[in-house]
Amino acid sequence: MRTAYTWICIAFTVIAAASGDVLIALAMRRIGDLGDFRRKHGFFPVIARVLSETALFGGVFFMAMAFFSNLVGLSWADLSLMGPASAALTFVTNALGAKFFLHENVDKRRWIATVFVCVGVVLLTRT
Amino acid sequence: MQLTLRKYLVLLAVVIFGSIGDSFLSRGMKQVGAIDVHHLTHVFAAIANPWIILGIFCLLAFMASYMTALSFADLTYVLPATAIGYVNMALISRFWLHEHVSLTRWAGIVLIVVGVGLVAGGPSLTEHPVADAESVTETFEEHV
Repeated sequence: MRTAYTWICIAFTVIAAASGDVLIALAMRRIGDLGDFRRKHGFFPVIARVLSETALFGGVFFMAMAFFSNLVGLSWADLSLMGPASAALTFVTNALGAKFFLHENVDKRRWIATVFVCVGVVLLTRT
Repeated sequence: MQLTLRKYLVLLAVVIFGSIGDSFLSRGMKQVGAIDVHHLTHVFAAIANPWIILGIFCLLAFMASYMTALSFADLTYVLPATAIGYVNMALISRFWLHEHVSLTRWAGIVLIVVGVGLVAGGPSLTEHPVADAESVTETFEEHV
């Protein structure tokens, strides 16, 4: 039964983390390179600019959900399963989110990499 | 787009703080013990554990470097490029947390690293013309 709970937890973590990642990436894309921004305007304007992005707060909310879900999962399963499984599945979900929501160029090379990651996750779940 | 040394260091910080933070959390949760599925709110009590506090600090540093990385590279570049963190995590699990990492799991970790390593060799950022960048934002807001 605990295995089922672990996988439900991993699924919840993946969806929350991917939503958080896409929203944070959207916010950072709107802002542009933080290094360039800091050189032009200084350190504190960077903080102010980052905090003015509403998408960022949505992203942080989902990341917080993923964080607590991950904590619960870690109390049930080993880090060597929970960590890579949730992170690798998040990678696949992120690739879809990045392609359809952020219009990133997810080319053949990136999709092949996605398949590798999926197979890797399957292997991780076998003891 | 070619990354500078500073940008590689930011990616390295993502890897280091992410994997160390997760390891601290894992150690903390092992001390706290399993959380009953009917009392999920007990997870908040875990925040008092020193390992969890250390883990949260590491993950804050991770978030700062992660956001910086996303400001100059695609999401589908940053995640794969920082995949070496899985190897870090496996090494920490094996040698510090003394968890059993079977040969099959090692093979899985290697596959993940090879897969994501493929991506790291490609361009780091999708160039969007200004009009296109606006349509990205609009499309996203329509979905959300």
